[in-house]
Amino acid sequence: MTIEKQWQTICHRDDLVKNSGVCALLESQEQIAIFQVQDKVYSVGNWDPIGKANVLYRGLIGDTKGEVYVASPLYKQRFTLNSGKCLDDDSVSIKTYDTRLEQDQVQILV
Amino acid sequence: MSVKQKIVVVGNGMVGHHFVDEMAKHQGYEITVLSAEDRLAYDRVHLSEYFSGKTADDLAMTTPAYYNELGVKFYTNAKVTNIDKSGKTVSTETGETFSYDKLVMATGSYPFVPPIPGKERDHCLVYRTIEDLENIQASANSGKVGVVVGGGLLGLEAANALKELGLETHVVEFAPQLMGVQLDQDGGALLRSMIEGIGVQVHTQKATNEIIDGETCNHRMVFADGTHLETDVILFSAGIRPYDNLAREFDLAIGERGGIVVDNQCKTSDENIYAIGECALWNNFIFGLVAPGYTMAKVAADNIMGGEQQFTGADMSTKLKLMGMDVGSIGDAHARTQGCKSYVYSNQPDQIYKKIVVSADGKNLLGAVLVGDTSEYDSLLQYMLNAIELPANPDSLILPSAGEKPTLGVDSLPDTATICSCLNVTKGDIIGAIDAGACDVASVKSCTKATTGCGGCAALVKSVTDHELEKRGVEVSTDICEHFAYSRIELFHIVKAEKIKTFDTLIEKHGCGLGCEICKPAVGSILSSVWNDYILQEDHLPLQDTNDTYLGNMQKDGTYSIVPRMPGGEVTPERLIVIGEVAKEYNLYTKVTGGQRIDLFGARVDQLPDIWEKLIAAGMETGHAYGKSLRTVKSCVGSTWCRYGVQDSMAMAIFLENRYKGLRSPHKIKFAVSGCTRECAEAQSKDIGVIATENGWNLYVSGNGGMKPRHGDLFATDLDDETLVKYIDRYLMFYVRTADRLTRTSVWLDNLEGGLEYMQKVVIDDHLGVNAELESQMEAVVATYQCEWKTTIEDPKQLKRFRQFVNSKAIDENIEFVTEREQIRPARGEEKRYQGVQIHTVDISEPAAEIV
Repeated sequence: MTIEKQWQTICHRDDLVKNSGVCALLESQEQIAIFQVQDKVYSVGNWDPIGKANVLYRGLIGDTKGEVYVASPLYKQRFTLNSGKCLDDDSVSIKTYDTRLEQDQVQILV
Repeated sequence: MSVKQKIVVVGNGMVGHHFVDEMAKHQGYEITVLSAEDRLAYDRVHLSEYFSGKTADDLAMTTPAYYNELGVKFYTNAKVTNIDKSGKTVSTETGETFSYDKLVMATGSYPFVPPIPGKERDHCLVYRTIEDLENIQASANSGKVGVVVGGGLLGLEAANALKELGLETHVVEFAPQLMGVQLDQDGGALLRSMIEGIGVQVHTQKATNEIIDGETCNHRMVFADGTHLETDVILFSAGIRPYDNLAREFDLAIGERGGIVVDNQCKTSDENIYAIGECALWNNFIFGLVAPGYTMAKVAADNIMGGEQQFTGADMSTKLKLMGMDVGSIGDAHARTQGCKSYVYSNQPDQIYKKIVVSADGKNLLGAVLVGDTSEYDSLLQYMLNAIELPANPDSLILPSAGEKPTLGVDSLPDTATICSCLNVTKGDIIGAIDAGACDVASVKSCTKATTGCGGCAALVKSVTDHELEKRGVEVSTDICEHFAYSRIELFHIVKAEKIKTFDTLIEKHGCGLGCEICKPAVGSILSSVWNDYILQEDHLPLQDTNDTYLGNMQKDGTYSIVPRMPGGEVTPERLIVIGEVAKEYNLYTKVTGGQRIDLFGARVDQLPDIWEKLIAAGMETGHAYGKSLRTVKSCVGSTWCRYGVQDSMAMAIFLENRYKGLRSPHKIKFAVSGCTRECAEAQSKDIGVIATENGWNLYVSGNGGMKPRHGDLFATDLDDETLVKYIDRYLMFYVRTADRLTRTSVWLDNLEGGLEYMQKVVIDDHLGVNAELESQMEAVVATYQCEWKTTIEDPKQLKRFRQFVNSKAIDENIEFVTEREQIRPARGEEKRYQGVQIHTVDISEPAAEIV
């Protein structure tokens, strides 16, 4: 069974913090971390599967060999923002969400 | 069937132990150690460190457990009294008998005490064993003046010990100069004036006739020239004598002036008995240094195993630090070789003297004397040991570098070059270790044991290792991370020199990529130390670690803890009540910290601004418990309340805490101020420790508690308030500039070349001429202090960031508490109602209703 995904407006562009993250709550009660990195916007799940807390939006943004990631503020594991892959532990990953800026609105495909 | 060969080792000093270590590497030998002392081998080279805080355990070179692991049998308090050479057995005082195939004498030496009438009086001691040190300490406690008889290398070390114990210290020497074996006359004279400069009185050409009752002290030393000296403690350090009684008694060949005669295999006159170390006489010479002893141990072990190594003498060059002064002596220091020529460089204002002795043809280095500056020691030694041809102007090797200075690249050393002379590790050994997989200095050290003797070769081992690794294409990087090809120190200089104010400018001009969790906080800290802007302004915010980003300490569940500043641990009842009320209102877990303040746990990110608004309204400010910055200045009440206090430690602690609060640094910094020597504030375990004296303040630096405890080093004594603050300003700012990221002051100082003495030169003598700059930089930081929480709650844009969700007023359901001992604590997994939206594993097409 497939459910048609739709772009959902989450917040205004001004709610984002440049080169850092904020957190939003979806209707499904999922928490997502939204990062503005230079001119791009990324969204991933806010749940840190290793630290077991909703904190990823408070992590530092970095890149390694061009791959942009967030480092967990709890134990520093790095999760890529494009794929959700954990660079330090193969056994975990986080969910990623398609994200776009549409006339200054931050939208997520859910 | 093979029977193990029995090896009995008499004596367990440094050399005896080294022999055991060498021998135990090989199968087929049953090793038994008999030691007359009641403890196993310990490091006598670093004996004086016993007075600067090292314990007997720190000095130990082995342990019973280690010997058990090696399968070595050992007996302490087992003095050997009998050798049966034909029956090949030895027996101890207690009557136990041990048979041997090979016997190794490593009985060492004892201090020579000249036959002066009165030498048996109380408080007349020697300096050789840990027990001697205990006696010296006890005698020093009851005396004011101490004299060392003997101005040689060991005598000056002993004088240092007396000085550290707080005695007025004198050195009495029979010869006309100090360290006559190692130094020439001019070098000896400079050393004397340097030693006198730090308050040790030197008396040369003095022969002691007798020691009698003193008038103002325990003793009076009466000299042959009719003068006298009053003292409470006397240490004899007039050379060593080999412990050869046992060998003498059982008819091994003994030298005319003592010592067990050995050949090039270290074999005595009995073919089954060897002698090594300071009891052995080779070529009519006793080697009073550890390195030749180690070589003998190695040769003896090799011969017992059927090898053919030979002992052919040893280089007696030495480099050491005496009372903070650098002294080096290489080869023919006295220029006694036929036809040799010398070059001398002397700089009286800076107290430096250097001399090199070269061969008649000017091609080879024969010897050198270095006083006040030994930075060329390593390369000079290599020139001599490896007969490397000298440059056309040999004096360029010791002249202050005015531009180009010929350097002896490690590449030019042959593989046979000895790098670590204590452990006899050659360049070839290091290359071997690298070939076998060692890929950094630490692993080279652990494979080869290089640097584990006196440690003087550490820099050379590092440069050989780095060079070899580079040759193999291994990059030896001090780069902070992949985004910057610079170390933290280099980045600091760039930021300062180019007046760079933001991370973006820095990475654009000097780096690549976006940055990472290593370089961003490091640069954030540097920018803060240099410019001290508000750390959460737009450009700086993304650089901060999460604790700094939200100005609190994140706990395991994502909540924060809150610590208001309480300078010196002082708090008014009114403020204490406000803290209590806030904790009650927000249901925060409350605990008193080790730093004499109060920590409130369990605040959600969205509650932080409200909580701080209330604390600030009551006159409190942020405690920077989240920052790599000054945490607290712990203190006792000092002379204001305490019967024993001698200074107002409370006022000083509060002053210091207010001065340095907010200073961003490579790691956290802790202070303490004690009001008297009882040291209730535990200042010696802090980065900066201040202890009151009758005359002012003693300053201790680079102490640490925590994972790797370290006692602070006494940096300066009896300072007035103003000097104390100046020294701390300079010390801290130098640390902020030069330490690697996340390096506490303790590790920083331990790794700093020159260590404590170097820092004393920099801070007290302005050796680098940077003090004015360090002070003004600190002044700038002090002048621009702001309470970050105050700035934050006054800025609506900042307050927006403290919402949990940008699109909802809900709170994070995952944060749950249970009650324990009348307070909250985070609920554990099984206690939680919220089982998480572990969405990455859940198919989101399923309704998630049961979660709420």
